[in-house]
Amino acid sequence: MKEKKDLKRILATDCGSTTTKAILIEKKGDEYRLVIRGEAPTTVEAPFEDVTRGVLNAIREVEELTGREILRGEELIYPAKGSSGIDLYVSTSSAGGGLQMMVAGVVKEMTAESAARAALGAGAIVMDVIATNDRRKPHRRIELIRDLRPDMILLSGGVDGGTVSHVVELAETIEAADPQPRFGKGYELPLIFAGNVDARKAVKERLEEKTALTIVDNLRPVLEKEKLGPARNAIHELFMEHVMAHAPGYKKLMNWTNAPIMPTPGAVGSMIQAIADKEDINVMGVDIGGATTDIFSVFGGAFNRTVSANLGMSYSVSNVLSEAGMESVLRWVPFKMTRDDLGNRVRNKMIRPTTVPMSLKELKLEQALAREALRLALEQHKEMAVGLKGVQQERTISDAFEQVSTGITLVDMMKLDLIVGSGGTLSHAPNRSQAAFMLVDSFQPQGITKLAVDSIFMMPHLGVLSTVHKKAATEVFEKDCLVWLGTCIAPVGSAPYGRTSIEIEINGKSIEVFSGEMKLIPLDEGEKVKAVIKPSKYFDLGEGRGKQIEATLRGGVVGVIVDCRGRPLELPGNEEERREKLKEWNKALSVYPDEKER
Amino acid sequence: MAHAYTPGLKVTTNYKLRKERRLPLKGEVLVDVSDRVKGEDIVARTELPGDVETVNLAGKLGVIPEELKHFMIKEEGEPVEEGEVIAKSTGLFGLFKTEIKSPIKGSIETVSDITGQLILRGTPTPVEVDAYMDGSIVDIIENEGVVVESTVTFVQGIFGIGGENRGIIQPIVDNRKEVVEPNLIDESHNGKVLIGGSYVTKEALEKAVKVGAVGLVVGGIGDEVLKEFLGYEIGVAITGNENRGITIIITEGFGKMDMSSHAYRLLTQHEGELASINGATQIRAGVLRPEVVIPLEKTTTTQKPKDYSRGVEIGEMVRIIREPYFGTIGKVAELPSDLELIETESKVRILKVETEEGKILTVPRANVEIIEE
Repeated sequence: MKEKKDLKRILATDCGSTTTKAILIEKKGDEYRLVIRGEAPTTVEAPFEDVTRGVLNAIREVEELTGREILRGEELIYPAKGSSGIDLYVSTSSAGGGLQMMVAGVVKEMTAESAARAALGAGAIVMDVIATNDRRKPHRRIELIRDLRPDMILLSGGVDGGTVSHVVELAETIEAADPQPRFGKGYELPLIFAGNVDARKAVKERLEEKTALTIVDNLRPVLEKEKLGPARNAIHELFMEHVMAHAPGYKKLMNWTNAPIMPTPGAVGSMIQAIADKEDINVMGVDIGGATTDIFSVFGGAFNRTVSANLGMSYSVSNVLSEAGMESVLRWVPFKMTRDDLGNRVRNKMIRPTTVPMSLKELKLEQALAREALRLALEQHKEMAVGLKGVQQERTISDAFEQVSTGITLVDMMKLDLIVGSGGTLSHAPNRSQAAFMLVDSFQPQGITKLAVDSIFMMPHLGVLSTVHKKAATEVFEKDCLVWLGTCIAPVGSAPYGRTSIEIEINGKSIEVFSGEMKLIPLDEGEKVKAVIKPSKYFDLGEGRGKQIEATLRGGVVGVIVDCRGRPLELPGNEEERREKLKEWNKALSVYPDEKER
Repeated sequence: MAHAYTPGLKVTTNYKLRKERRLPLKGEVLVDVSDRVKGEDIVARTELPGDVETVNLAGKLGVIPEELKHFMIKEEGEPVEEGEVIAKSTGLFGLFKTEIKSPIKGSIETVSDITGQLILRGTPTPVEVDAYMDGSIVDIIENEGVVVESTVTFVQGIFGIGGENRGIIQPIVDNRKEVVEPNLIDESHNGKVLIGGSYVTKEALEKAVKVGAVGLVVGGIGDEVLKEFLGYEIGVAITGNENRGITIIITEGFGKMDMSSHAYRLLTQHEGELASINGATQIRAGVLRPEVVIPLEKTTTTQKPKDYSRGVEIGEMVRIIREPYFGTIGKVAELPSDLELIETESKVRILKVETEEGKILTVPRANVEIIEE
């Protein structure tokens, strides 16, 4: 491979569960920019059962669209010379359902929770969490391990020097279950032990023969500290070595790439962390897919990821309706609709998941469902992204047990600086203001929050690229990946509709916005303005009720959204009034073509 | 993307169908290649390891885990009967003996000298796999199962409830638009696979279960009807294990929807013949759709399956599968290659469909499915 600075052309692919997406990056002058994106259906399932077919098809589309020659037959051309060849190829993968893990720990709220965080952070779906105090009978736990057939198990438990017998009990449960891996037979299930160092020998005796055992540092060496890095790295390595190597075609793909293949969400997480680090800000990223919704957050440097496995817009859309309830979905719908009609439409989308809305009515309904999927996923994220439980004043383990409920969420919407949305519903909304409005309604940001979307879902590619070439990844991310929607100003508090909520002063001009009102202030992409914002005595923008703040507002394709509907957001209880308000707000932001400001 | 369309459901006859019949884990295959089998014939058999039972042995004996081995009467791997003594403590001066009896019939799996737990494994449960449909064995998957082949009339549905079943085909409506009401169902439908029209009421479903019908094939079902019938809402479309006494196969979708004329004609043609049915549906990864399989005794020339992987073509019959035209059937009239702006302001690849009434409708390509015949 050439020196990093000499790399001219980079190819990256993401093998998703339905589509394989390829992007081509080129060095233009001194900076790296995106050239084109191509895609093709993923080919992990029958009849192809070889992921590289889809990868080759996606690369061929890139070749056709750019006129560059990247493949000779089925081989990548190295190095880049003139209009042919590449210098680097990287890939991520979530095909075949991604990485599915089970985690185990002694206490559900402590080591088991830390283990779940390690697995989620590495990009896995956590199928179940087993803990000594999970109130399940041992035989039930064994049945679960056997039935769920995880790709990998992470076993933790006990701080260093702490309990051994509880950890061994978990090891014995796993031993009795004799778990079989999901892909193919004839290889052992990878198991990572990241628990009490004193239990290593006993764990080894029990599990070495039945699993492919890897032992790493304890992920909770002391109660006050999590050390998730070694477990996360082991997950990434084993994902490659064991899980992916047995999925159809991956051996070949692994030989093609110049860096290890990363699980897609793991790569997105790296990218979100990179933005937060670089700008020194609090960031949330959300990826709403057909089957799952992932949320990533960095607050005060602490990274967390959750995946809501059954909240999505196609395969799991029916579950969004079940979990949210009909009323919650209907409250975002600006026209009359019966419950039966709603139920039938949603179930029909579930059984024909690849269809797209072709009428405005269907689009509005789909975006109402997306608001609920995002809201529920955020709730789950808030529950998981918490400070360590039971660690503040503990002296003995029993104290720690009592403090279980003290782990408070790290997610503070007032301190949040940026929300990045991605996934079809947000990235491909016909009008960008729809994406902005969905994010505002579901996340209900507070104070001043910048909004952006991943234009063509490039974060996975750039995440894995950042592990080998940070400069190229960050340059493309800033210039080509993010579409800045604008900034949201949302005061916290409530007042009867019609009273002054805030006054904004921009360039000597004053704008008054009333309670219950949404307003759009045009501010183009790339523009930044200084604003002085004064909330009325009922509202708070982070400095306290009625306290003025100064802020720099960033423009975008939508502009500055002023949301004076109050926080927490409450919609009118009366149906007729609620529908009128929805229409009024849609009009204010020019969200739909039939409800535009004239 | 090159082919943005939904592959349709198969509704066809003289179709050579192969079914893999596999055990959940290795076992014994009971038939040979080219054997003729009936649907109910057992083709493979195995034993599932028994359930696990744990006993806190050290705690019950009042000894420390490391010493447990001195108190064991049965060794690891040995079989035990329910109530048989497996461990015993001698007690103080030979008094206060404690005997631990096995709570189940099975064998001793492990005794832990760290946790003091005893793990017992119950007796294995036999598992058998039947042939599902009448046909002949064309392949053996060593120690795992077989492949059965048969020439059949094959009707795939879009969504189903309940697992595999077999019964005689019995149409109960006069046409494909008729709603299945309770008065159409009677005691003579016991063991039958009922063929309905556009919709089924909750009362009719309950009556079908009451009379012992094994299956119902119908065009549409109401979301509320299904919820009430199951007692819960369907969240993720993975079905097949519902135990409501009947297998339901929906051919078109949710709501009142006439069964497609092709499916209705094929199913009613086979009145009085034996069908194998399965409601199992899995939409994600691998797409499993519910099905009605009617093995044919006399076959005409077997159809060569058409290749649909190339995408949709002009003149092909398609069904629109999204509102506001849901269920409309027509012929592909035009396939413009450029992206077009639709009502939602999205730019998508579209196609034009000429309906049976001669109307031309413009729809996104993602919103049609090919009618595979």
